[in-house]
Amino acid sequence: MGQPKGLVSENAYTILNEVEEKRVSLIAALQKIQARYRYLPETAMRQVAARLRVPVSQVYHVATFYSAFSLKPKGRHIVNVCLGTACHVKGAGLILDRFKRELKVDEGDTTEDGQFTLQAVRCIGCCSIAPAVMIDTETHGYVRQDKVADIIKRYRESKEK
Amino acid sequence: MIKSLADLEKAASEGARNIHPPYLKVMVGAATCGIASGANEVIAAAEESIKLIGNGAVVTRTGCIGMCYEEPLLDILKPGWPRLTYSHVKPEQVAGILEAVKDGKVIKEGLLGKIEEIEDITRNTRNTRYRFPLEKVPQEVAEAEHLFKLPFTDKQQHLAMRNCGIIDPESIEEYIARGGYFGLYEVLTEMEPDEVIDMVDKAGLRGRGGGGFGTGRKWRYCKQTEGYRYVICNADEGDPGAYMDRSLLESDPHSVIEGMLIGAYALESQQGYVYVRAEYPLAMQRLQKAIDDAYAHGLLGEVIFGTEFSFNLRIVKGGGAFVCGESTALMASIEGKPGEPRAKYVHTVEKGLWNQPTVLNNVETWANVPLIINKGADWFASIGTEGSKGTKIFSLVGNVERAGLVEVPMGITLKEIIYDIGGGIPGGKRFKAIQTGGPSGGCIPESLLDLEVDFDTLWEAGSMMGSGGMIVMDEETCMVDVAKFFIEFLKDESCGKCVSCREGLSQMHEILRRITEGEGQESDLDLLEELGKVMQDSSLCALGSSAPNPVLSTLRFFRDEYLAHIREKRCPAAVCTALIHYEINENCTGCTLCAKNCPVHAIAGKVKKLHVIDQDKCIKCGVCQDVCKFDAVTRNTRNTRNTHSSEKPS
Ligand SMILES: Cc1cc2nc3c(=O)[nH]c(=O)nc-3n(C[C@H](O)[C@H](O)[C@H](O)COP(=O)(O)O)c2cc1C
Repeated sequence: MGQPKGLVSENAYTILNEVEEKRVSLIAALQKIQARYRYLPETAMRQVAARLRVPVSQVYHVATFYSAFSLKPKGRHIVNVCLGTACHVKGAGLILDRFKRELKVDEGDTTEDGQFTLQAVRCIGCCSIAPAVMIDTETHGYVRQDKVADIIKRYRESKEK
Repeated sequence: MIKSLADLEKAASEGARNIHPPYLKVMVGAATCGIASGANEVIAAAEESIKLIGNGAVVTRTGCIGMCYEEPLLDILKPGWPRLTYSHVKPEQVAGILEAVKDGKVIKEGLLGKIEEIEDITRNTRNTRYRFPLEKVPQEVAEAEHLFKLPFTDKQQHLAMRNCGIIDPESIEEYIARGGYFGLYEVLTEMEPDEVIDMVDKAGLRGRGGGGFGTGRKWRYCKQTEGYRYVICNADEGDPGAYMDRSLLESDPHSVIEGMLIGAYALESQQGYVYVRAEYPLAMQRLQKAIDDAYAHGLLGEVIFGTEFSFNLRIVKGGGAFVCGESTALMASIEGKPGEPRAKYVHTVEKGLWNQPTVLNNVETWANVPLIINKGADWFASIGTEGSKGTKIFSLVGNVERAGLVEVPMGITLKEIIYDIGGGIPGGKRFKAIQTGGPSGGCIPESLLDLEVDFDTLWEAGSMMGSGGMIVMDEETCMVDVAKFFIEFLKDESCGKCVSCREGLSQMHEILRRITEGEGQESDLDLLEELGKVMQDSSLCALGSSAPNPVLSTLRFFRDEYLAHIREKRCPAAVCTALIHYEINENCTGCTLCAKNCPVHAIAGKVKKLHVIDQDKCIKCGVCQDVCKFDAVTRNTRNTRNTHSSEKPS
């Protein structure tokens, strides 16, 4: 998928060495790989299993249990629309719908150009400024539907950091 | 390195000089909520202007004082003056505010209040208050309101939040200056481990994470089992609508570390973990800095204060699963496994992490521990109600005028919280319910607003304390939709291990979906209650056994709303999309704004002529209503022409 296999294993090498040396947990190992590749490539999961001496099935169990992991590559920017209770009563569902229409993707999917992954999240703890949206690590409060296009534009234009 | 009382006092005086320096200090509230409201831009503007002032003037960051609705907040600490707080500060205002201050003047616009004294709540020298030395105070300052006497703050008592918005969360010296780590010193040098447990027990501290289990009792149970004991801090904060744990970690991380150190000493534990959810990057970063500083000062690691006590602390980053807030699931997750709860025939205090005796407490619980040591068990037990001692932080959010974190003594009424502190419902709308206890909690109606809030009273009202989220709902909130919202949340988050929880939630969700789409039957309500009963009886963990609560509590107090959806195919609050439509009324001036903003071009009309919505094209997103400046767009449900006026009691 996207990345050539050889490259994955080569780059994963340093992560895996660290994993083995420090005897970090399976979750922490996968977090490192997710952070590097923005998803868990199959080859990397197999290698983690081998290094930590656990069955591949266990790696797959963990990888699919936690929402922080993805088996598909994620976009450059992660758009997390908060659907916590406070955001819900302030119309977060409609904000999510608007992001879907503007980005032309469904919840959980990535835009064709690989720029954005749209996700719904259950509370980012910014209830006082509901409805809230977190893009990468930046939080936007009091989001209104008619401002959604502007918000997206700011990230689309921003050069890769 | 801090090895003795003298070292601690030296750090304290250094910290005190940073909190109240002999030069001008500008402080900006920069927790996640402040930053999202523009705190970083305000800081940048302040740093720019402060250069012109010179004389050692500085700009620093502080955490969240709880007044999220007033953010961004900017504080001025000028020697000889009380502390001044400005609210809703815009970057372009900063230069003006600071120039005036430099000239000994004060701009009144945006000035929220002043602080003339603060309680040194954890100071080892007990009962002291820090008074700002005052001289040559301008008239405007003399006349300013007291920040802690505003309607929002007057009934609050900041114990767990004692340092929030007062100190720089990244400065260990400032924490120490406020009495921090003096409690740890006292415990390590003067108390036996079991005396500490007795003290926490006597104080009556109950767990702030949900269950309200007695903290001292929990520690004692754990102590009875031999093994390599662990202490864990639960910072998974999964309840939607609650963010006090995030705020504590971002505003005062050392209070949690000190609490854990004291607990570890009492339990003779050498290793601790803080399990933080991945959605809280700033909390994790500030906590990591605090842990690093504590190591660098010798307050974590080996031979702390020159005693035999050693303790190591590590952060574990969560993987994004609500169920991992549950004790057994959390421990499985720290071990690197999927976070699936197990049956608790054997409790985690006996066999927890890596099968060793383990104490798990919530962030707020840990933050309260140093206070009890410093001020005494009797002092702590004198606050609150018979069965629930101390204070609780609530996140007061939703349809409420002043949204923020409020820390109040247990026993305060819901009415005081919503109306006196929160300022009531915005826009002249009517109160409908307050939701407490997260997804396992319930919705409390107007008739119970005199309830004196503590662990037990909320339980009796069919809800629970949970971690302290309070979401105020007005008349435009549909209670069936709210029930569906929670069930959908829990359906997504159920780990799937128990059939009753996994399948029960799916079925409940399907039934609620039908009702909200006008396809429900009256027998569905009995079915919901029956399903709820089975789930309560046959799920392993509290996620499943409390999952029906949102449905059962709304059925108990708002049954008529369910019936309106079923019998009349009507959503009284005009929320459920399938049962509503938008219309444009005669207020329309033909400004065309709605037509321009409609994402599906469903609105037709000429300039200065009444506009019309094509109901076949309309996707009911409501943008037209949001952008209309003339109140010309109404959201209607069947049998009512205009819910906004007809549903509102006059
Ligand atoms: C599904 C579920 C989720 C929970 N989430 C949290 C949480 O996010 N934070 C928390 O402190 N406790 C949570 N709890 C409660 C914990 O299991 C545990 O009781 C608590 O952390 C103990 O700390 P305390 O005694 O200080 O409250 C949760 C419980 C369940 C069943």
